[in-house]
Amino acid sequence: MSRWLLRGYLALVYLLLYLPILVLVVFAFNDNRSAYSWGGFSWRWFEALFNNRSLMDAALNSLLLAASTATLTMIIGTLTAVALQRYRFRGKAALQGMLFVVMMSPEIVMAISLLALFILLGMQLGFVSLLLAHITFCLPFVVITVYAQLSGFDNRLMEAARDLGASEWQTLRTVLLPMIWPALLAGWLLGFTLSLDDVVVSTFMTGPGFDVLPLRIYSMVRIGLSPEVNALGALLLLLSLISLMLSHLILTRKRS
Amino acid sequence: MTDAATAKPSPQLSLRGLAKRFDGKAVLSDIQLDIHDGEFITLLGPSGCGKTTLLRMLAGFETPDEGSIRLDGADIVGLPPNHRPLNTVFQNYALFPHMTVFQNVAYGLRMERCPAAEIRTRVEQMLAMVQLSEFAARKPHQLSGGQQQRVAIARAVIKRPRVLLLDEPLSALDFKLRKTMQLELKRIQRELGITFVFVTHDQEEALSMSDRVVVLNQGQIEQLGTPREVYERPASLFVARFVGEANLLPGEIAGVADDGRVQVDVMGQRMLLRRPFFPATPGQKVKILLRPEDMRLGTADESGFPGRVLERSYKGSTLDAVVRLDAGPDILASEFFDEDYPDFDHRRGEPVTVTWVPSWEWLLPDADAPV
Repeated sequence: MSRWLLRGYLALVYLLLYLPILVLVVFAFNDNRSAYSWGGFSWRWFEALFNNRSLMDAALNSLLLAASTATLTMIIGTLTAVALQRYRFRGKAALQGMLFVVMMSPEIVMAISLLALFILLGMQLGFVSLLLAHITFCLPFVVITVYAQLSGFDNRLMEAARDLGASEWQTLRTVLLPMIWPALLAGWLLGFTLSLDDVVVSTFMTGPGFDVLPLRIYSMVRIGLSPEVNALGALLLLLSLISLMLSHLILTRKRS
Repeated sequence: MTDAATAKPSPQLSLRGLAKRFDGKAVLSDIQLDIHDGEFITLLGPSGCGKTTLLRMLAGFETPDEGSIRLDGADIVGLPPNHRPLNTVFQNYALFPHMTVFQNVAYGLRMERCPAAEIRTRVEQMLAMVQLSEFAARKPHQLSGGQQQRVAIARAVIKRPRVLLLDEPLSALDFKLRKTMQLELKRIQRELGITFVFVTHDQEEALSMSDRVVVLNQGQIEQLGTPREVYERPASLFVARFVGEANLLPGEIAGVADDGRVQVDVMGQRMLLRRPFFPATPGQKVKILLRPEDMRLGTADESGFPGRVLERSYKGSTLDAVVRLDAGPDILASEFFDEDYPDFDHRRGEPVTVTWVPSWEWLLPDADAPV
């Protein structure tokens, strides 16, 4: 009896998690414009999506922004994590604490303060302001991910490399990076997804010349639910599934 | 004799006035040490005595607060580890887990930008020397502890360092393997003629392998000498207790003879003992150091210190006994089998007398006694 209850409960949880996604994917292929009835299978919304210039531009912008954010955050975050893990210096604890403050503070507060800063500096809002803002809120997550991996890292390996004649840079390249790159990959993916679906900070940081996907979708949905958005959602889902499988594949191959 | 004839060859490594503090606490103070070319020297001491810190200073991972380290006359204190012609065998080996055995051993040469063909021949040579030629393609985690140990040695000596630093390299191995590796290390040292600076807390290992032993305690050198000197003629109670098993009998100087020998009251008996290495004065408290193998057990009617056998244990080549003396301390006696004494074994609880081979005793000032 209790076993069935447990299974039923589990099924309910998964249903709630996956039903909306399933509905979205199904309706991406719905020939009917209405979101309430099934009108047969069709690719028309994908066609409409590819012909919708403004939506496609926003999608490309978002991918570019997410990739740049992820890459830069990964580099800065890794160097920060290495510094925090390897060296003892004045103000280290404060620096670590400040990372958590950034992570915990409400996004809206960060958005407003960044906006105030950029206006104060007389900066034009657009790609650069978005990039800086996204790096700022992604950084703590990446630092913590890489730092966690580094904590298990034996510092004597670095010393062994130095002892054998490697410079700081050679040590980083030949010993540290080959050993911690799974964490870097994880950090990159984290930065990418955080940046890709951010709405709050982007709302404040975006300029007239640079539209990003989440904001574009948001404004489209306010007029009415368009099946093109379903098609876009299905594509993004496919993209994230592929990257998830890829990272899983790489990580398991490395372990064996 | 001229000065040239008496002058020793100048040391390869010369440490002068080395001191290091961590958070205000002195870890090493005023270390003076000369290490000669081709020597096997061991830094011995309990954990926290500063031996590893000293080794790390030589390697370049720690900077001394004071003092100088000269290698062939040139001060190397400011040099980063990658520019020092010394290599280290790390505790737990620190092999690169993402590289094969071959790549691990080749690492030092690769960093030197050595031509690939030369790397290949030299790595193969090294692997042959440590008998790991068939394992070149394996990863470190596929090797046994002893094999990993040999990779670590090969990796460290392939650059032909002037000095090889070894940080407790055998501590992770089991007893039998440790014995084999001790011999192996001695062989490698003989073959390569490299100076070895070896850190250990295992006094037996130190005695059996070294040309000279440096006994460290609380950041200072307690004694520097050959294994024999350190074992038979320790400079302090600390060294006597730390190196080997020690029976320390309490005594008091009663008088000094003309030849330097001393009359000592030992647990109620007056004895004439060998000349101490320190100036003895009547009334001074001393300890008489006797190693277990110096002790002799006799039957109750013989002269000596009376006592009772407390424990008896068979060690294969020796029979060890713990004897509780009527007058005080427990002593450990270790006797070799001797066919001339068939009734050699003593039963537990049996009354015995304890003596030692005359003049094998070693006197030490009693640092524990109130002055």
